[in-house]
Amino acid sequence: MSKVFMPAQPDELWGILDENPEAVVYAGGTDLLVRLRSRFTKPDCLVCLERLDDLKGVKADDDDIFIGALTTHREMLNDPIIQKDLHILTHALKQLGSPPIRNMGTLGGNIVTASPAGDTLAPLYILNAQLEIGSRNSTRRAPIESFILGPGKVDLAHGEILSRVVVRKVPKFEVHHYEKVGKRNALACSVVSMATLMNVSSNNLISNIRLAWGSVGPTVLRFGDIEHFLVGKPLTVEGLSEAINMIQELVKPIDDIRATACYRREVAGRLLLRLLKYSV
Amino acid sequence: MISNLLISFELNGKEIHIEAQPDRRVIDLLREDLGLTGPKESCGRGDCGSCSILVDGFVRLSCLMLAVQLNGRKIVTIEGLYGPKGLLHPVQDLFVELGALQCGFCTPGMIMTIIDLLNSNPRPSRDEIREAISGNICRCGAYQKILDAVETISERVSQR
Repeated sequence: MSKVFMPAQPDELWGILDENPEAVVYAGGTDLLVRLRSRFTKPDCLVCLERLDDLKGVKADDDDIFIGALTTHREMLNDPIIQKDLHILTHALKQLGSPPIRNMGTLGGNIVTASPAGDTLAPLYILNAQLEIGSRNSTRRAPIESFILGPGKVDLAHGEILSRVVVRKVPKFEVHHYEKVGKRNALACSVVSMATLMNVSSNNLISNIRLAWGSVGPTVLRFGDIEHFLVGKPLTVEGLSEAINMIQELVKPIDDIRATACYRREVAGRLLLRLLKYSV
Repeated sequence: MISNLLISFELNGKEIHIEAQPDRRVIDLLREDLGLTGPKESCGRGDCGSCSILVDGFVRLSCLMLAVQLNGRKIVTIEGLYGPKGLLHPVQDLFVELGALQCGFCTPGMIMTIIDLLNSNPRPSRDEIREAISGNICRCGAYQKILDAVETISERVSQR
């Protein structure tokens, strides 16, 4: 590697990216430096984004919450706006990596790394997160599910960076549930994860639900059919049993070092039963 | 051609100006170029916490940072915790008093993490301490003693 840049202003960044078409961009470095060490990547030029203060912090207006892509996981956990409205994200962040990793890693980095096991991703999918992608002359928006294309693959051209994540404040959900099944509690890559937003009516019927699973496909998976099917169903073992079968049919897990596909399929469905604790 | 970068930062209260290659990691700069062997490299991939240092007061992993990222920052390693008369930091004192270590390899990283914890939460519960040190692995298994030590510190703080 012959060059490392740390731009502090967007204009400086665009110039560096123009002049170095092979440059690899990183934020917290918690994934990239591991890959450098194991020699999976050997970039000649790195651009570290950590000094771009414009892309840090959380803001809100009447309708939306805006999270700068370079906001660290710890900053999000301590942020009053996120603590108030985005419990689903705080539940996931508490299980991401370890405290030092959360001091370094950023929301934008977790998205662009695009691991199917990325802890913030399933919550962002069910929050219908929109991503703002900046380049020298323009800004575009994309829903997260069309931005992430596969493991480690995102719709980001050279000269573009993920700058902000935008989440609508409505509709409100009473239940924010995130569960991660891993080999241990800290520093574990998930074997299966499930994020849920849900409202339950006073007669224990599911009135509104969004569900997404991590680590059981090439990207986070969300199934509109299952969400639709569950609306109006009682929040009981019987009420959920058919959906569990549907989930086990639809997920596309693989065997790897952490678990077998068969185990992941079984658990992905059965995680739905955890929602029973919210029954009324 | 690869040219060195000039890096300037504060290390344990002293101004440092040093040249480093672009791919030099912080752990290598500290241990090999600056002779501070408190931060240890065990896994080199962010799993173990033995290379933990404080960067602007927050604990970070020096194996996952490039040296150039130190520019303009305030760094504290275990070597920077001594008081003016060479006294140990209260956290170090309690580790000694309660025997919160066996081999000591994880201790410098563990202590930096605990200092970050106590700065943001001076009276952590046992569960909060467990959570805070969850990224610092002790292969001797001294965890219970470490929890005892941190609990004792927070009790003493609250008695003051």
